[in-house]
Amino acid sequence: MELVITSYCRIKNNRIVVNGLEVILPKQDIPSYFFADAYKHFEMNYPKFHKMDNLSKLGLIATDAAIKGNDFLQRNKPEATAVVMVNKASSLDTDRIHQQSINDKNNYLPSPATFVYTLPNIVIGEIAIKHKLTGENLFLVCNEFDAQLLIDQAQITFSQETRAAICGWVDYDNGNADALIYLVEIADDSIKNTNFIPLNATTLNQLYK
Amino acid sequence: MEVFTSYHNIISPLGFTTKENYSSVLADKLCVKTCRYGKLNEQFCLSIIPDEQLNVASRQIKDALLYSKLEKLSILSIQDVLDRSRLSFSDPKTLLIYSTTKGNIDLLDNSIKQNIPKERAYLFSMANTIANYFKAVNRPLVISNACISGLIAIVTAQRLIKAGQYENILVCGGDLVTEFTVSGFKSFNALSQNPCKPFDSRRDGINLGEAVATLLITKNKNKLERSAMQIVNGASANDANHISGPSRTGDGLFQSITQTLKNNKIKIDTISAHGTATPYNDEMESVAFERAGLINIPVNSLKGYYGHTLGAAGVLETVLTLEAASENQLIKSAGFSEMGVSGKIEMITEHKKANINTILKTVSGFGGCNAAALFVK
Repeated sequence: MELVITSYCRIKNNRIVVNGLEVILPKQDIPSYFFADAYKHFEMNYPKFHKMDNLSKLGLIATDAAIKGNDFLQRNKPEATAVVMVNKASSLDTDRIHQQSINDKNNYLPSPATFVYTLPNIVIGEIAIKHKLTGENLFLVCNEFDAQLLIDQAQITFSQETRAAICGWVDYDNGNADALIYLVEIADDSIKNTNFIPLNATTLNQLYK
Repeated sequence: MEVFTSYHNIISPLGFTTKENYSSVLADKLCVKTCRYGKLNEQFCLSIIPDEQLNVASRQIKDALLYSKLEKLSILSIQDVLDRSRLSFSDPKTLLIYSTTKGNIDLLDNSIKQNIPKERAYLFSMANTIANYFKAVNRPLVISNACISGLIAIVTAQRLIKAGQYENILVCGGDLVTEFTVSGFKSFNALSQNPCKPFDSRRDGINLGEAVATLLITKNKNKLERSAMQIVNGASANDANHISGPSRTGDGLFQSITQTLKNNKIKIDTISAHGTATPYNDEMESVAFERAGLINIPVNSLKGYYGHTLGAAGVLETVLTLEAASENQLIKSAGFSEMGVSGKIEMITEHKKANINTILKTVSGFGGCNAAALFVK
């Protein structure tokens, strides 16, 4: 079974590239505006977005950008679409916020709305909810972007039941957003009208570069 | 290709081997205890591995001072499985998969004096530290997928071996009870002050527990121990409904189970459920089991003994159920006395003997995730 990438989104240094084209945001160089600007640009119209932590916002934006304008969700059944993500910092960005809320015994304010995001796979849950995807889930943690790891995990996830996947790297740590999210499908007739590219370590490393 | 479970270990307040844990559970000993949790100065029912017990056991770790509590527990658990299986991580065909939700999260708490580098709060850094202790040639794989981590680590191991990448994979799951998790679950009002009561009408929340468990997954028939079973299949699925509440109709769990069982007309002899003892979770599980037609099958949750051990849970509960199956033993669901869920399920109310040739293990977690796996003798 040959797997290919039918669309991708790269986010690095507050720059967004979708299938090779850079997206220009109005306040591109002001980090604090980045997520809100991207939200508007991709017309996400999803108020829950504003309650999410940085990791989930990053994953949602990159996924929406990769999906927008193609028929990925129409071509693939919700139960046959997996979400497989990898990062370096797990949920540490939000873990630090929860830790701060319990550091001071006189000002002890742990919040369930924060605590629920202290798991890295919540970004998978948010993507699954927004796009109604009920397939396989897997979140892995690795010290660096590893193209071969991502390919291996995609390959073992595809099966008789799993025919498509949203895969990639989604990391948010110390104010730095770093994501490469791409759609993986089987190279058959259903994707012949897409500009698909092969799923291999060379292409993944080029997209991540 | 057939892939099997084999040697295993459990470390909990009930002991440092599977055997000690198994005999304690059959003697109705619980790890969870109602205690005053100092950091919050409040009563909770928790399962915590005493430092004294760990310190004695840690004497066999070289340079034990260099490792955190969770790293020491993991090293001891993995060492036990390596020793008995005569495997080594210097073999490129042998891999470590580490399953955890929070790892060394206590390193974020500056009020605790530790000589462990803060860097090891990164999950990969902790897993690499453990792998380096064993001079592993392969970088370990780290899975952090909420409460389903342990079971999908086992399923991932089976798939990697089937794909031909490895011959032996040790799946180690571990998590600690920390102020971080206690305060968080407390903010959800999810903690019970008493030993938890999965599936019971009076259930009122979870107990947090700490534990480490390790299970060898292998294709080598000469590496099988007596409790070995074949991992036939496994699957995960998302409810796509809510990040912190389960689907009322049990959609994701139902899908995990039906994909795992496929069209197999195989008879399931027992179900090791997730059963956290929160009102919504247990109700959801019962609905999913009934929808899947699993109505006359003996079910238990082991959370009544161990509490919820988060990233360890899927591994620990699989290991204990495998050990029981090798003795054709059903373990009673501690804390259960009166049916408190609407789905038709049959709880195990006493330890009893039964022929067990097949096990269905299920888990569910935050983020709407669910998973199931099927084990056959």
